[in-house]
Parts: sequence; C-alpha cells; structure tokens
Amino acid sequence: MNDAQPLLTVDDLRVSFATEEGTVQAVDGVSFELAPGEVLAVVGESGSGKSVTAMTLMGLTRSPNARFEGQAHYKGTELIGASEAELRRVRGAEIAMIFQDPMTSLNPVVRIGDQIVEQIQEHEGVPDQQARERVVELLERVGIPRARERVDNYPFEFSGGMRQRVMIALALSCNPSVLIADEPTTALDVTIQAQILQGMRDLREETGAAIILVTHDLGVVADIADRIAVMYAGRIVEQGTLDEIFYDPQHPYTWGLLGSITRVDKPRPERLPAIAGLPPSLADRPEGCHFRPRCPHEFAQCTNVPPLEARVEGQPGHLDRCWLSAEEKRTKREVRPGEIGLAAKERTPA
Amino acid sequence: MSVEATEPAAGGAAAPNGAPLIEVDHLKVFFPIKQGILIEREVARVHAVNDVTLSIAEGETLGLVGESGCGKTTMSRAIMRLIDATEGTLRFRGEDVTSAGRKQMEPLRREMQMVFQDPFASLNPRKRVGQIIGMPLRLHGSDRKGVEPQVRELLGKVGLHPEHINRFPHEFSGGQRQRIGVARALALEPRLIVLDEPVSALDVSVQAQIINLLDDLQDDFKLTYLFVAHDLSVVRHVSDRIAVMYLGKLMEVSSAEELYTKPIHPYTSALLAAIPIPDPEENRRRERLVVSGEPPNPINPPSGCVFHPRCPRATDVCREIEPPLARYPNGHLAACHHPMSVTQAEVAATTKDPSSPLTAGEELPEPPQTGGEGVQP
Repeated sequence: MNDAQPLLTVDDLRVSFATEEGTVQAVDGVSFELAPGEVLAVVGESGSGKSVTAMTLMGLTRSPNARFEGQAHYKGTELIGASEAELRRVRGAEIAMIFQDPMTSLNPVVRIGDQIVEQIQEHEGVPDQQARERVVELLERVGIPRARERVDNYPFEFSGGMRQRVMIALALSCNPSVLIADEPTTALDVTIQAQILQGMRDLREETGAAIILVTHDLGVVADIADRIAVMYAGRIVEQGTLDEIFYDPQHPYTWGLLGSITRVDKPRPERLPAIAGLPPSLADRPEGCHFRPRCPHEFAQCTNVPPLEARVEGQPGHLDRCWLSAEEKRTKREVRPGEIGLAAKERTPA
Repeated sequence: MSVEATEPAAGGAAAPNGAPLIEVDHLKVFFPIKQGILIEREVARVHAVNDVTLSIAEGETLGLVGESGCGKTTMSRAIMRLIDATEGTLRFRGEDVTSAGRKQMEPLRREMQMVFQDPFASLNPRKRVGQIIGMPLRLHGSDRKGVEPQVRELLGKVGLHPEHINRFPHEFSGGQRQRIGVARALALEPRLIVLDEPVSALDVSVQAQIINLLDDLQDDFKLTYLFVAHDLSVVRHVSDRIAVMYLGKLMEVSSAEELYTKPIHPYTSALLAAIPIPDPEENRRRERLVVSGEPPNPINPPSGCVFHPRCPRATDVCREIEPPLARYPNGHLAACHHPMSVTQAEVAATTKDPSSPLTAGEELPEPPQTGGEGVQP
C-alpha cells in the first residue's frame, strides 16, 4: 500500500432489494478504500454481498426494486447517484469489469475484435484501423496466440481460458485505473487459472491499475492480493493486509474459512474442518453479529452489532467485527498448536 | 481404507485390497463426427477415452482427476453403462457388462448410483423432496406407503430434517440440495456411487460438510466411490487411490498420499503446482511451474506422449513413442519417459505394467541424470 490519495472510496454502502420474501439487505454498511495499483481481495461465500458490492460500483444493480444508500467516490465522481450518462463515461474507460463466466459475458454473435473496437470507440474517437491495431496488440498482451488472425473469430471459437483472456483484453482496452474482477478464474481449470493469475500480476506491473478481486478462493487471494476484506451476510467482518488476515486473523468466520481450505502441501487431516450450519437468509438475518448462530465462541455481548474497528495493537489498518478480546481470540483460534481454525459448535441438523 | 499395494493386481494399478468391484480393461470411447446430408460419413473421431485400464476395489474410493476435456466424465459414464464403450471390456463384480442389455443391467442399476455436479440442475424443480428421493425406491418395486418412512430415514442420514419431506428443491441451499442428491443415490443401498464433481458448485465451508458426510456414509454403508474431480485439492481428502487423466489417457495412478508427496508425472506435478497455496509466505517462496498452453484437441491427439506439447521435460522420445505405464514401488504407476521425484534405482527397477495402453512402446523411463532428486513440485 502507499500513502497516495485513494482512487476509490466506498463509504457506508447499503444495498437492499424488495422481494416477495421481504427486504433483502444484500450489502449492509460496507466501507473501504482502494489505493492506486493495489489489489484488494473481497472474500466471502455465496450471498455474502461481495458481487453485489462490486456490481453496484458499476451501476449494474440498479433496478426499480433496489435501494441504495451511502457513497462511492471515484476521482471526484460520485458513483452511487450518478446519471446513466456519467456512468457510461466511467464504465469501461475508468473502471472496467471482468465477469466470472466467460461463456456468457461476451456477445456470441459479434466477432471478438468488433466487440473490443466498439468499447474503444465508445470512449475515444479513434479511427477504425487504429482501433483494430490496438485490439491486436491487446490480444497479444493477454497471451492469445496468432492474435492477428483470431481477432475476427467469434467467441465460440475460443476455449474457456482464451475467452477469459478476451474478457481481460476487453477490460483493459481503455486503460482503466480500476479493474473489478468478479471470480475471474472460478470457471477455469487449474493450469489455466495459474496462467490467468500470472497474467493479471504482469498487467498490474505494466499498467499500474488497481484491482478489486472478488473471490471465494483463499488460495487465489494468497497468490495475488495486497489487502483483504472478508464479507459475511452483507457486512465486512474483517479487513487487513494479506499477512494480517492469514497470520493474525481476528474474526471467527475468518478462522473458519482459513481452517476449511484443503491444502495440498501438508499431510491430510483425518477430517476436514467445516463450519457447521449455513449462512443466514439475507431477508431474515440474526440480530447482532450475523455469524453468531454458527459461532462456537458466542457470548452475551454478541447480540449487539460489533462495529468494524481496529482492535489489534500495532495494526491500525486491521479492522474486525468481533467482541472477543485480542487475547481471547489468540487462544480460541488455535484448534491445534500452530493451526488456525474454528472449533466445533454443538451441531443442529442443517 | 488403507491401501497396502504390494502385489500387482490383474490389470489394475496399485493393487487395491479386496475383490475388484469394477474392472475396466483397455476401454476406449470414441465419439464419431459425421458429415454429409443424405449419407452421413464419419469424418473424424473424438478420442474421449483412449485405452484406459483400471480397477476399483470393493469399499475403496478412487479419485479420477483431470482438466476439462480429459475424458474423466465420459469414463465415469461408461462405467455406469450410460455410454457404450467403443472397445475394451467392463466388468462389474466379475460379470462382463460391456454390452449388457437393459434386462441384464436392471438388477445392477440398484447397485450403482450417481451424484451429479450441479445440485440445481439435477433435482426436478417440480417434484417434492419425498418424490425425488422415493422415485428410485418406487421404480424398484416399493409401494407408495412403504416409501415414506424410508425417505424420512434417508433425510436424517444425510443431515436434513425429516419434516422437510414435502418441500421443493428451491427451498434449499446448494449444500442442502447436494445432500438430497446424496440421499437419492443412497436410497437403493448401492455398492458403487459415482460422484461427478459433487462439491465443485458449493462454497468452501459447505464443501467440507459434504465431504465429511460422504466419508461417514462410506463407513456406515460400506460404499465404493468413484470420485471425479477437476483438480487435486478436494479429491485428496476422500480418495484411497488417485488416477490422473489427460486427453483420454492415464498419466499416473498412485495411492492418494504418495501422489502429493511424490508426483512422478510432470503433468501431475503441474496440476499440483497450479493450485495456489493459501499461505502468503509459502506462496512467495514457492517456485511455480506454470505450464503454458492448453490441452490439445482430442480429435487429433498428439503423437507419442499426449502431454509432450505442454511438457517442460519433453524430448524427442516423447514425441515419437507413447510411454507405457511404468510400475514403481508401492504400485505407483506413471506413463512418462522422464519421471520426476524418483531415484535412479527406482527407475532402473521399473517394469511395464499390463495396464499400459496397447499402443504404448516398450521403452521404460530413462534414469534421471543427477542423483535422482527429480524436480520437487
């Protein structure tokens, strides 16, 4: 991280949707800053609000039954209340997005070159030939072989990994300062995932773009992120640098996440540690700490919502939402010597 | 299940204990590509499974791992007799079922069940849970009254509330739906369950719940699992042995533990190296072998070793001669001319395993040049 002005400041963002089952509070008071050139990983499971947060920044969750509160400032532009015209100027040119599924996020009946040219010309008055040249360069840069021939191919002529590269080329076409990648490698095979992650690392070096990486995979996070925000049921429950989250995690949910990943470089445990129970329904969330019903360490104070604040001495940027004291956390998170995890809770059927 | 793996078993890798439940012998599944308007001619073939020999012992879990398009799903479908084999034989508890008809298969269908990857697509949205789980029972002769208590019991076994018997699938989360899928597979008390990426669609914390459930059920019901997965991380926790496939061929077969500490095939090593380790320091330290390129087209598989176009160790021999499955200590099999993580002595002592593809050459692997430390993943 550096001390430069943050590129993007999100302040107390709340997103709710009116549904038949009642109001679904998908994002509940999310705040973070993104510095130029940094990779912020937003980690959480399905329904944690991580994708809704990312999409709201791009104005992609707007609909008659959605309600927004809070702010998101990008270089002096307020994104949450921005007009559609303002958003069109920012989208793609300043903030670009890579979606999870490269199979469905490209237009299947338009040649990939034309799709990228369209985006370039939407933002810059570049003549056709020049825009096309730029597309070929972009495709080469993201590692598509024989780019000059392939620029006229349709999406179906590419494999999943290649399509994701096309998506990345599309996202980079106008040199954005912020790249939002929503599970960019989830749909890909591991060897291809490694290639794409390597590519994203290189691109950050070359272009200095800041990246918001939305993912559920802590392995990918350890590979590429500078800072991490862990989300659970619409709230950030812990936020800190990569090393703070991995080596000094404060929130029991983070312990559970860290404990439940399978590791190929360690002897296998007899049983996989799991977090018992299920995330709450966003239309009917428990009072106080949302993780309370699944947390083995719950106590009286947990019925009050713990604020997101710095609770560890010497780590001013390390915020969490757990009432336990720092010492209690240190002893409770060790399930075995040197191993972080979440202890078992009295189990009720799922 | 522990795998002692010392005796060479007939046509099988790593000699599983107990009688083989499934024996696959030089199995090939090709899909024809046809062209022409009135007279369709076969113009090419997709070599989905190309000469694979494997066996699964009673009570064992075999992990079948490979990337998209490697033939693992075709293989599992062929074992279930949902796809016909082009060549080779398939035996279920010693009985040849390669071309068994509907009649002959019917009693066997009870014994082999499947759990699918996508718990959203594999349950009929218009049927209640009770009907979904009860259907296999009804099909195999239980009457309507007898089914309900059984379904309730099954729900309890997979960790769901028996009262939910009248709910619809959409009322459940992904993990709960996968439990319903498991309950349906269990209904007929099968011997074999083919699990086709049963946890890939689930969140990490829920994945662990389902894996643990499968583990418990295996102990309770003495089940045999074929666990199909696209990467090596999850499969390790359930498998006794693991078979790694690439482009329709077996690359390596080994006991689950040894595969992770001693990958012999460079492809296995690449698969392991591609999994990011959730530990930042470890990650910074680790030298990553990122294989370039993508799997080639299975219509026209490369000559020699199918992995050679992407392999960092490939030489001329790999381009020309298909490596046989060489047998290393502990019944560890690998099809590679330039094996990793093995000593010179181990390489010198290898023999060609009878499960090698028929087209494979006789060339056993070359001993590594230096001492034999190989390259650690």
